[in-house]
Amino acid sequence: MDVVIVGAGVVGAACAHYTSRSGLSVAVVDRGPVAGGTTGSGEGNLLVSDKVPGPELELALLSATLWQQLSEELPPDIEYELKGGVVVAASQDSLAALSMTATGQRRAGVEAYHVTPDRLRDMEPHLAPHLAGGCHYPQDAQVQPAVAASELLRSAGRRGALLCPGEEVVGILTDSRGAVRGVRTTRGELRAPVVVNAAGTWGGDLAALAGVHLPVLPRRGFVLVTEPLPRLIRHKVYAAEYVADVSSGSAALQTSPVVEGTPSGPVLIGASRERVGFDRTLSVPVVARLAAQAAALFPVLGDVRVMRAYHGFRPYLPDHLPAIGPDPRVPGLFHACGHEGAGIGLAPATGQLIADAIRGKRPALDLAPFAPERFDAE
Amino acid sequence: MPHSTDEPGARETGRAEVGQVDQVAEVAEVPEFAEVAVVGAGPAGLAAAVTAADHGLDVVLLDAADAPGGQYYRSPADGLGATRPGRLHHHWHTFTELSARLAAHRDSGAIRHLAGHQVWTVERTGDGDWILHAVTGGDQETRTAVRARRMVLATGAHERQLPFPGWTLPGVVSAAGAQAMLKSGLVLPGRRIVVAGSGPLLQAVAVSLTRAGARVPALVEAAGYGAYARAPRVLAGNPGKAVEGARFGAALARARVRVLTHRAVTEVHGDERVEAVTVSRVDHRWRPVAGTGRRIACDALAVGHGLVPQLELALAAGCVTRPGLDGTHAVVLDARLGTTVPGVWAAGESGGVGGVELALCEGELAALSIIREVRGGVRGQEARRAIALGRSRNRLRAFAALMGTVHRPGAGWSEWLTGDTEVCRCEEVTAGRIRTACEELGAGDTRTVKLLTRAGMGWCQGRTCGFAVRELATAHGTGQEPGGPDRRPLACPVKLSTLADLDGPG
Repeated sequence: MDVVIVGAGVVGAACAHYTSRSGLSVAVVDRGPVAGGTTGSGEGNLLVSDKVPGPELELALLSATLWQQLSEELPPDIEYELKGGVVVAASQDSLAALSMTATGQRRAGVEAYHVTPDRLRDMEPHLAPHLAGGCHYPQDAQVQPAVAASELLRSAGRRGALLCPGEEVVGILTDSRGAVRGVRTTRGELRAPVVVNAAGTWGGDLAALAGVHLPVLPRRGFVLVTEPLPRLIRHKVYAAEYVADVSSGSAALQTSPVVEGTPSGPVLIGASRERVGFDRTLSVPVVARLAAQAAALFPVLGDVRVMRAYHGFRPYLPDHLPAIGPDPRVPGLFHACGHEGAGIGLAPATGQLIADAIRGKRPALDLAPFAPERFDAE
Repeated sequence: MPHSTDEPGARETGRAEVGQVDQVAEVAEVPEFAEVAVVGAGPAGLAAAVTAADHGLDVVLLDAADAPGGQYYRSPADGLGATRPGRLHHHWHTFTELSARLAAHRDSGAIRHLAGHQVWTVERTGDGDWILHAVTGGDQETRTAVRARRMVLATGAHERQLPFPGWTLPGVVSAAGAQAMLKSGLVLPGRRIVVAGSGPLLQAVAVSLTRAGARVPALVEAAGYGAYARAPRVLAGNPGKAVEGARFGAALARARVRVLTHRAVTEVHGDERVEAVTVSRVDHRWRPVAGTGRRIACDALAVGHGLVPQLELALAAGCVTRPGLDGTHAVVLDARLGTTVPGVWAAGESGGVGGVELALCEGELAALSIIREVRGGVRGQEARRAIALGRSRNRLRAFAALMGTVHRPGAGWSEWLTGDTEVCRCEEVTAGRIRTACEELGAGDTRTVKLLTRAGMGWCQGRTCGFAVRELATAHGTGQEPGGPDRRPLACPVKLSTLADLDGPG
């Protein structure tokens, strides 16, 4: 065994896919099932539109290309759809801010087109009237995240990867020099010179087992799911305020409407962000706010019934960037976690960077901004 | 889809303007208050509500149905000309007596009975009260909220179904559904009806159907009644149950219903609707025995495999649950029917399926426990009553546990499925797809199967297929924990505008 990947979410699955494809023998271990954590609670967003120029946007652009390749390799069940995103602004002020963001994004290689109010109604006929304008991002896409993760794992499995769901890692094995030798699990030991921490929200706990500090915290989000509808909403549509909420470090509740249709019919309504630990109870005020914002954006949804609501916990690090790459504090330990709400989108790039880093190949992107030890100086 | 693009938009603008807060929103800011809220007006909820009111507590009783009685004491709507609805019920006199007490308390104002109110979630306020959010009205468009210091959850159960080839054909109805159709509308699902599945409900259903004029050629029970005899102490403690069983046996014999035990309907035949069923012998693990299939002609099949407690609100409140011997999950309760959450009690099927007698007993006992807490103690007479009820409860719970064990579907039932048998009807997910998700995609629990196949994501939110999906995940998965009870944070669908109305300013 060359590599043990801890975590069978989409990031762990992508790491398994790319490392096994580079010829390494891989085991994936997860205390729960496939896609049992944040992956299974996500909407499957593959977004470039919500990222400002910088390392995360570079990661997203690389991922966008890789997802397109994966959509040709993996079965159609992953429901990859290059549907494009439409960001709308209600006021002239927010439109001005949106336009400025878009200008910066364009320089970084993002396709972004200004949309006039008239054209907005053509693109999304059910949008509320009187919006100031918006921006169209054709590179935004969507997948069914749980299916995508399990298909990535299945593809790794075909190349010999061992999948161990329901097996919890309880210790990191190290040699006398402190280098990784594998993991101890509830069922025994898996020995390998490389361990990849793709444990998502629990990535901080796994790092602690290796004796290192990685401050991953959960940030809760709710999603409302409506009854199945004919295709009313064509793009991923969200309010300009969403970008500000995504990058906010506040513990307080933020909600900004994100609305989209799915190939199966139901409309998904997000997105709330709050730091409340792992509280799993339904928050009526949050759900009410999401509903109000979605109905304001798409009045037609007012009469639609919400069938269910679910929540997930985004694994976030204080500077909103994931930890990707080798940990200089523990030789053999690699991190691939802390992707917050963008893990589905950023998974392929993360998997490829990790595979290259393990192989000693020069990675496609500079890993310095994602250095896992960057919080030690605090 | 019918909608007006003007109206919701106008409401949006209206809220944004100062001084135009609409009436509904204002009312909901200060919800109706009660010392005790009882959810569910079936046997357990009725008993709890009237007992609490008898002792001077201020009660709100919320129930989804228009008339009290729940699934068990379901009665025909006025105007159907039913002269003897009690003929289809046992313990009918208990119900008429409870109804009379409810009516008296309603008149005096001690109980506010909110009929036609579906509670969709509960939440705890900062000072420990509970807010029960409900929708009501013809299209469930109006929202209300009740604030209560204490809550009794008597939310009952729904029927457990196991799929088999042909079960989606018209003419296949649920056993409880057939019973409900009879009780509420006095209609029969067919003229020649096979009753099948497992559990004591089947006997009651078969007797009711024959009394209403149907021919029941066979009652097909996958377990055997002999298993009851292997627990003589439980039976000795519940002589009433033995008498009930004997009475049903005699009634079935009189109606010339053949009782076939250790057998199951393994296939339904027909083009447009049910024409016949195949009944096969099953072994002790419910595996069909090859070559034992026999066709029985019929035009309807009423099928059910026991009941599953409805735990949405208990889970929303944070109550701890446990797996039961019958394969379903139930709320963990102490001897006074308190849940693991302070201020929340549960009675009846919520604590594990046990039938009407147990529900009545637990409803009353839960109310006495609340009275004890409110008053800081109870008088001697009430204390003695609580002790007697506690004894009855233990005895009935022992019987319920036996019943759950006897009729728990054996693991071999899935062998009568073919790859193309639909398991989730709402999303049309077949047994073959679930098997693939488990064996090739690594699913081993209900949630992952749902994520990978959409099983349980449709209209019924997995109420029909949840048990079957869990069993298939266990059978084909890689030995993972099948997971706890299914979570449904919204206990029923709620209109988006109704949710949006709850959003306060700021």
